[in-house]
Amino acid sequence: MNNIVALAHKEIRAYFVSPMAYALLGFFALLFGWFYVASMNVMLQFSMGQFGQGGPQVVNINEFMVRPLFGNTAVILLMMLPFLTARAYSEEKRSGTIELLLTSPISDFQIIMGKFLGAMTLYVMMLTLTLIHVGILFWYGEPEWGPIVSGYLGLLLMGSSFISVGLAISSMTRNQMVAGLSTFAVLLLFWVINWVGDASGSTTQAVLSYLSILEHFDDFSKGVIDTTHVTYYVSFIAFGLFLTAKSLDTARWNG
Amino acid sequence: MVEVQHVTKRYGSLTAVDDISFRVEPGEILGFLGPNGAGKTTTMRILTGFLPATDGKARVAGFDVFEQPMEAKRRTGYLPETPPLYPEMTVSEYLRFVARIKGMPAAERRSQVGLAMERTRISDMADRYCGKLSKGYRQRVGLAQAILHNPDVLILDEPTAGLDPRQIIETRALIAELAGDHTVILSTHILPEVSQTCQRVVIINRGRVVAVDTPDNLTARLQGSQTLHLQIDTQGADVLATLEQVDGVARVTRVDAQDGIGAYEVESLHGGDVRRELSHTVVTRGWGLLELRPQQMSLEEIFLQLTTEETPTDADHQVADMPRDETGVAEEDEVDE
Repeated sequence: MNNIVALAHKEIRAYFVSPMAYALLGFFALLFGWFYVASMNVMLQFSMGQFGQGGPQVVNINEFMVRPLFGNTAVILLMMLPFLTARAYSEEKRSGTIELLLTSPISDFQIIMGKFLGAMTLYVMMLTLTLIHVGILFWYGEPEWGPIVSGYLGLLLMGSSFISVGLAISSMTRNQMVAGLSTFAVLLLFWVINWVGDASGSTTQAVLSYLSILEHFDDFSKGVIDTTHVTYYVSFIAFGLFLTAKSLDTARWNG
Repeated sequence: MVEVQHVTKRYGSLTAVDDISFRVEPGEILGFLGPNGAGKTTTMRILTGFLPATDGKARVAGFDVFEQPMEAKRRTGYLPETPPLYPEMTVSEYLRFVARIKGMPAAERRSQVGLAMERTRISDMADRYCGKLSKGYRQRVGLAQAILHNPDVLILDEPTAGLDPRQIIETRALIAELAGDHTVILSTHILPEVSQTCQRVVIINRGRVVAVDTPDNLTARLQGSQTLHLQIDTQGADVLATLEQVDGVARVTRVDAQDGIGAYEVESLHGGDVRRELSHTVVTRGWGLLELRPQQMSLEEIFLQLTTEETPTDADHQVADMPRDETGVAEEDEVDE
C-alpha cells in the first residue's frame, strides 16, 4: 500500500508541476460553467412558458436542468480525460524511467494501482469543482438530491472507465500524442457504437447498446442506480487495468 | 554474489544474448566489455529483472531473479544507460521517492538520501530540478539512486558515457571506492576503463562470452605466442632462413627494409622466450643487433583480435568460436520496448 501511495503521490506531483493539471481543471470548470448557464437558460425558457404551454409554470429542476447538464458533462469528460492519462506510461517509456520502476522491488499491480489512483485523484478534483454550481442550485432552488448523488456516482464510474482505457493505451506506446488520440478515438467509438445498430437485427442492437459507454450513464442521471450499469463500469475499469498489466508484461518480453 | 548460467535472450528470431555464463565474487568489480550491440545492456536488464531471459538461470545475492524477483531487486542497485530521472522532481525529492519504492524504512530515508548525495557529491544540487541538471550531474544522481538503498550488487550500464574527462576520473574513483562493500558489474565499450577500474573482464561479442579473465591475464594470454621486434643492419636473403633455424622460433617475417637495415617480427613457439638464442645467433653471425624488444599488445588490440578474428589459437583459452554471419545478432540498443 505504501508503494501505491508513493507512486500516486508522484503522479499527482507530476500533474501539478506541469501546466497539465491547471489546464484540465481550468478548462473543465469553464466548460462546465458554460453548460450550466446554457441548461439554466433552457429551463428558464420552459418555466416562462415560452414553448407554448401557456403561462409560467413550475418545472422540475432535476429533469430540465440537472439531467441535461450531466449528459453534457459526460461528453466534456470524454474529450478531456484522454489528456489526463496520455502521458502516464508513455512518458515513462520514452524517458526510460519505467526501467527504474520495473527494477524496483514493487509489483506491476502496485505500479498500475498507483497510476490509477493518481489519475483518479485529479479527476475527483475536477468533479469537486462542479459542486460549487450544484451548491448554487440548492441555494436558489429545490432540486431533489437523490438524482444528483446518483449522477455523481455515474460520473465517477464513467470517468474511471475512461481513465482505465486511457492508461491501458498509454502503456502501449511511448508517444503521448498517439496515446491521447487513440484514447479519444476508442472512447468516441464506445459512445457511438450503438448508432449503427438500429437497422440491424435485435440481438446485434442489444449487444451494441450494451457496449455503449454513455448509454449506461443515462439511468444514473435520472436517479436510478441499476446494478447492470454499475457492473458494466466496474468490469470496464477492471478490463482496462488488466490490459495495462498485460501490456506492461508484453513490453517486458519484447524488450 | 552474481551467478549467470547459460542465459539466452531471444527477440523473435534475433538472439541478443546467446548462452552466457559467468560469476562475480563478492566485492569484485567486473567489467563487461563489448562493442555496441553485443548484448551488454540486455544481460544487465536480465540481471536486474527488467527483462526475463528466454532460457537459463541468474542469481543475484543468492536469489534467483526469475523466481524471487522481489528479493533480488531489493539487493540490486541499477543505473541504466540513461539515468532514470523525473525532470519535474528536485534531486532530493527524487531520491526520497526512490528510497520509498526501494522499500527503505521511513526512519532511514532522510539519512540515506543525505549519505548517497554526499558520496556522489551532489549535495549542493539537492534543490535543483532533475530536468535542469547537466549531463554529468544527471549521471551522478543516477548513481546516487543506484547506491541509495545500500545494495549488495551494483549494476552500472556505461556509467561514464557522455561525461567530460574530469568527471570520468571522479566517477571511476567513486566506483572503485564503492567496490569494497558492493559487488559491481559495469559495462563499457571504452577499453582503458576496464584496465583502470575492473578486477576481471568479461568480453562479450554478438551475444556470446568471448573471454573471461583479469585484464593482465588477458594481455598475457593473448601473447601466448610472443612476438619480438628485431632490427639488424643486414637485409640479405639468408637472414630469414637463419633466424628461422633458431631454437623455439616459429615464424619470421620481414616488416621493413631500408638503407641496409632490416626490421623483422619473430614469433616464438608456445610463448617461450627466445631473446637469448636470437641475440646469440645474430651476434655470432657478425650482424649488428640494433634493436630487440617484445611487441606489446594493448588491451585495445586484444579486444579487436577477440571480437573480430574467427578462431582462437589455444584450446584452453575457453574462447568461444564466433558466428560469422552478420544477421543472427540483435543490435540490442536498437530494439525498441
